[in-house]
Formats: sequence, C-alpha cells, structure tokens
Amino acid sequence: MLSIKNIHANIEGKEILKGINLEIKAGEVHAIMGPNGSGKSTLASVLAGREEYEVTEGEVTFLEKDLLELSTEDRAREGLFLAFQYPVEIPGVSTTNFIKAAVNEKRKYQGEEALDAVAFLKMMKQKMALVEIDQSLLSRSINEGFSGGEKKRNEIFQMAMLEPKLAILDETDSGLDIDALRIVAKGINKLRNENRAILLITHYQRLLDYIQPDYVHVLYNGKIVKSGTKELALELEEKGYDFITDEADLAASL
Amino acid sequence: MNEDLNMLEQTALNDYKYGFVTDIDTDIIPKGLNEAVVELISKKKNEPEWMLNWRLKAYAHWLKLEEPKWPNVKYPPINYQDIIYYAAPKKKEQLNSLDEVDPELLRTFEKLGISLNEQKRLTGVAVDVVMDSVSIATSFKEQLSEIGVIFCSISEAIQKHPDLVKKYLGSVVPMTDNYFAALNSAVFTDGSFCYIPKGVRCPMELSTYFRINAENSGQFERTLIIAEEESYVSYLEGCTAPMRDENQLHAAVVELVAMKKAEIKYSTVQNWYPGDKDGNGGIYNFVTKRGMCQGDHSKISWTQVETGSAITWKYPSVILKGDHSIGEFYSVAFTNHHQQADTGTKMIHLGKNTRSRIVSKGISAGQSQNSYRGLVRASKGATNARNYSQCDSLLLGDKCGAHTFPYIEVKNKTAIVEHEATTSKIGEDQLFYCRQRGIDAETAVAMIVNGFAKEVMNQLPMEFAIEAQKLLAISMEGSVG
Repeated sequence: MLSIKNIHANIEGKEILKGINLEIKAGEVHAIMGPNGSGKSTLASVLAGREEYEVTEGEVTFLEKDLLELSTEDRAREGLFLAFQYPVEIPGVSTTNFIKAAVNEKRKYQGEEALDAVAFLKMMKQKMALVEIDQSLLSRSINEGFSGGEKKRNEIFQMAMLEPKLAILDETDSGLDIDALRIVAKGINKLRNENRAILLITHYQRLLDYIQPDYVHVLYNGKIVKSGTKELALELEEKGYDFITDEADLAASL
Repeated sequence: MNEDLNMLEQTALNDYKYGFVTDIDTDIIPKGLNEAVVELISKKKNEPEWMLNWRLKAYAHWLKLEEPKWPNVKYPPINYQDIIYYAAPKKKEQLNSLDEVDPELLRTFEKLGISLNEQKRLTGVAVDVVMDSVSIATSFKEQLSEIGVIFCSISEAIQKHPDLVKKYLGSVVPMTDNYFAALNSAVFTDGSFCYIPKGVRCPMELSTYFRINAENSGQFERTLIIAEEESYVSYLEGCTAPMRDENQLHAAVVELVAMKKAEIKYSTVQNWYPGDKDGNGGIYNFVTKRGMCQGDHSKISWTQVETGSAITWKYPSVILKGDHSIGEFYSVAFTNHHQQADTGTKMIHLGKNTRSRIVSKGISAGQSQNSYRGLVRASKGATNARNYSQCDSLLLGDKCGAHTFPYIEVKNKTAIVEHEATTSKIGEDQLFYCRQRGIDAETAVAMIVNGFAKEVMNQLPMEFAIEAQKLLAISMEGSVG
C-alpha cells in the first residue's frame, strides 16, 4: 500500500530525513519509535504533504500512485489520514460542519454523491459510539477549548468518519493520562481492519501495550536503524534508546 | 517559502461582478461646487425655501472646514471642483407605479439581484432604490402606509412631510459635525426616509439599495429614520458601483432617532467598487452615521459587513441619552489588495444604566490596511454605564496590516468599560489541518474567515446573512490563489 524508498527531506536547508525505506501492506500496523529529534514527526509531515519540508531525494508510492506528486488535499482524498500531535483550533467553525465538508470533499473526489444531512448524522452517530465521543463536543468549534484528551479523541473520530486506507497517528499518546489513553487506543483498535494500514508514531512504548503493532522500527538521526517485531519495543523500554543509538553512532563512525 | 503562505500573499484578480455601467439618459449638471450649484440642486428637486437655506448654511460652514487628516488612510487630495454633484436618470414625469420605471433601469437592478417587483413581498422586504442622485422607486409604500409607516425617498419626505424632516434633519448629525457631514448637508440629493409611528412593529425589512452609475459624479445620500415610542424597525442598505479608473466620492449621512422603548436595527452590506488589484479606482466611502437613543429603554443596533470601497471612513455611533438605553455595533470589515479601512464606532453614554456592546472583526488580505477606531465615553451622569468591546483582527498573509485605536473616556466612577483585542493570522497550521482533511486551501480560508466573522454575521437578518456570506466569499476570491 505504501512504499517509501530512500526518502531525504530538508527543512530550511537542514536535512532531517536521510534515506528512509519502509514498506507497509494493507492490514498491517507499524510503529515508528525513536528519541526526540530523530525525524519521526517530519516523516509524518512529509507523507501528508506539509509544504515547508522539501523532499530532495527518493520516492513514495501510495496505492500505485506517486504520492509526492499529489497535493496535500488529494493525498487526503486518496485515503491518507494524519492524526495530528497538536490539533489546531479553528474558532467559529463547528466540528460537525468541518467534518461534513471533509467527508463530502472526499466523496466528490471519488465520484460519489455528497451525503445529505440525514445520512451524515446517521453515520456520525454510529462512529460516535465507536470512539466514545460526546455529541456536545462536535457542536463546538473545532478543538477550541478542548482538553488534550478531547482533541485526540476528536482526531480518532475524524479518522473513523473519513475511513482512510492509511492512518498515520503522530504521537497520539502524548499528553494523555492513562484513562484517556485507554479510550483512544480502544477507538484505534476498533478501526483496525484488513484493508487499512496504520502507522503509529510514538516516543513511548506504553501506547503499544494497548495497540499491538506487527512491526516496530527505530528511527534515529533521520534513518531507520533497526526494525523488528513488537518485542523490539519491549527491549527499548527496558534498555532505553541508548543501546540502539550507540550502536548506530558507532556504525556511522566506522 | 511555504506555498500556503505564498498563496495567501498572492492576492490575485478578483472580478467585481457589479462593475458594469448602465447606458441610460442622464440629467447631469456641470462639474464643480459653489453656491449656485447648491441652489441648482435644490431647484431641481423643487425644494421649499427652508431647505435651500439649510443647504446654503451648511455650504458656508463647509467652506470654513478642513478635510480630516487623522484617519489612518492615505489618498491624493480630492479636487472638489472636479466632481459632478447631481446626476439623475432622466424621467419624463412622476411615476405612479413600478410599471412606469424605465425597463433599462429595471434590468440593471435585476442584474444586481434587486428585484423591484412587488413580488419581493414574499421575502418580506420593502425596497427603496437610489441611482446616482435620485430615488427611482420604493416598493410597498401603500401597504406600509396602511399601518402608518412612512417609507419613501427623502426628497419626497421634504415635499410631503416637511414638519418631520424639519424637526429631525440634522438633529443627530448637525450640519457642522464634520467636513463630510457639512458637505453632504449642502449637496445631498436623495436617500431614504422612514417613520415608524408609536407602537408599530414594522412588519417587513425596509431596505435601500444605492447604486452609483454616472461617471465623475459623487453620491451624497441622506437617510433619516425615526422610530416613535415602542416601535420597531429593521433596516438594511446595500450598495454597488461600476468599475472605473478614477476614484468616486460617496459621502453619506445617516441619522436614527429612537424614542422611548423603540428599537432600530440598521444593517449595512457595503460593496462599493474597491478599485482594481493595483489600487486604481474605487469609491471613497466617507460616511457619518449616528443614532440617538432619545427615550428611556430605547435600543439602536448597527451591523455592518464592509467589503468594498477603496477607502472607508465611517464610525456608526450611538448617543445613549435615555436611561437604560442600549447601543450595539457589530462589524466585519474585509480589505483586500490596496483597500484601506478606518472604521469603528462611538458609544456616548449620557443616561443612567446605559449599556453598549462593540464587536469588531477586521480581516486584511493583500496589501490592505484595516484599522478599528472606537470611542467609548461615559459622561458624568452615566451612572452604572457598561461597555464591552471586542476587537479581533485576522491577517491573511504578511503584507497587510491591522490596527486598533481604542479611546476610552470615563467621567463617572460607577461606569465599567471592558476592552479586549486580539490579532491573529490564518496560520499555515490551520490551513494544513484543513487540507489534510481534503479541504482545498481556498475553501479552507473561506471557512476560517466565516468562522471568525460568525458572531457578527449572526446579527444580520437571515436572507442578508446568506448574501453577506456569499459576498465575503467572493471578495476573498483570489486572496488565496
């Protein structure tokens, strides 16, 4: 579904990603872990099409299309979803109307008719139950005055509504207490299925206690330095990132 | 540089769809201004002597004044001798019904989306239409007169209701008030007049549509609205003008009088030609609007959506004279390209327990400059006066400017005045968030701007709120292109 080959990316002339390779198939859950500043969020931004990042080398194929050729909005309409680490507030724009616009933009792109109010509300109700989000939250302006947990839950709700092929969850666990984390993880697990791939970006292993990944990759200094199964995450938890980063630094110095 | 921001900066071509000219036989007088011109205007309108004398007095006063220099706007000096002060579509005789209106004129207003047909009743709106210097038609006059509501052009009011006009004209905005008010008092040519008798709740929206058509002419309209005790009226004005390379002057005066327990709601959707993207042409909109809450428990509410004009200079104000009276000002001012707006309000608290509320939303794009200027004054007698002001500015791109000039004068210790101001920028974060959800940049900006302006838009009468939202979207076209 997603094939990343030797991606290099800069911001303001500084190279952040230094040759990333990654293959993700439908139905798989991959976790990318790494210390702060290793390039995790940059990778998410580059895939979603954030324009201040410049891709200098490499290619990305998403559902047989050249992802880097697509505009940000077309990537979304093709089925790429990014759950933001810091979802922005948009005052005066109701969450419901925003999601309705997003859902219908995607439907239009895929040649489907726009959902009318009744059909949309029905769909909303169903997905609300799935991710345990309260109706009152959705009539408020997007993320305005939302708690950290509410913002993240709102991201997962949007994911449920947009039914993406590939969901990238950028530090969705950050800033959540254990109860909020459990609810959010439960929502994500319900959205797992054989047609959908999920890329979890996280600093901590604790999210992976709730969402079991098929593969774990360690990103360090702009490169994936180690890949493995979920046991790798446990090893990281136990030994810290140093055991991998020291190894990588050593390899680089040789 | 980020592409989103570039898109915001590139304030591209924006077609002003009201920019056409109607080819119609026009009665115009030569350019220039002097006593003879004032006399000629008065004569053309067949005015009584008192009206002429009033005009001449205003003209004499105007000669002593200087154009205000304090607004935060820049423009070359205006040559007042290079303006035509009277231009009117020719008509053969007094019209008895709309059927007699020149079909070319009817077509013009159809094109502008203003139906002069009485069918407009279905939407509950009575319309007075002013083209250049004269009122062309007023709909629903008869129906309104049955309940005692007078809705006609000010010219007609001078003829038919001279006592009311004499009593109230200049009572809220004296001819000596300021440079442009004095000029207007000398040369005003038409405008609307509304009188709502005691205890009457006007059953339909009253609306005036102003159109400038003739070249080199100025438009100087005068509107007077009187709401007697316990009456209510909602009034709306709209305006457009052809696209021309030279600037045209529009200097209007609007006066509102609200008696005891009366309420006037005055809404403006201003869409004068703003000039082209390089700043050529456009209307200079120098307007004095003021309401007087004369009686206790009266209320005056100004709502404005300003998207047009090369330069806007206007401060719809309320004098809160009656005890417990309420003044409100809700404003959305959108500027693009090289437009300049210096707009805001004055709330003058005189009576006890008076309250005022100011909500101003300025949106700047392109290289435009958008200033809020507001005065809140609580005089000695204004015991327990309350004011709340909120001024928010939104910047699209980084070549435009937003400025806030709040003036607060409190002379009564029990008065409470609150002022809040914010300036924000449509961030690349907000845009990216929307685009990541599949919403393109232009739609996203419209969404963000409408969200920002929502509190004010909600104040507009329903059918105009939809119009205003569309207008805002059209004005923004190209500000993210």
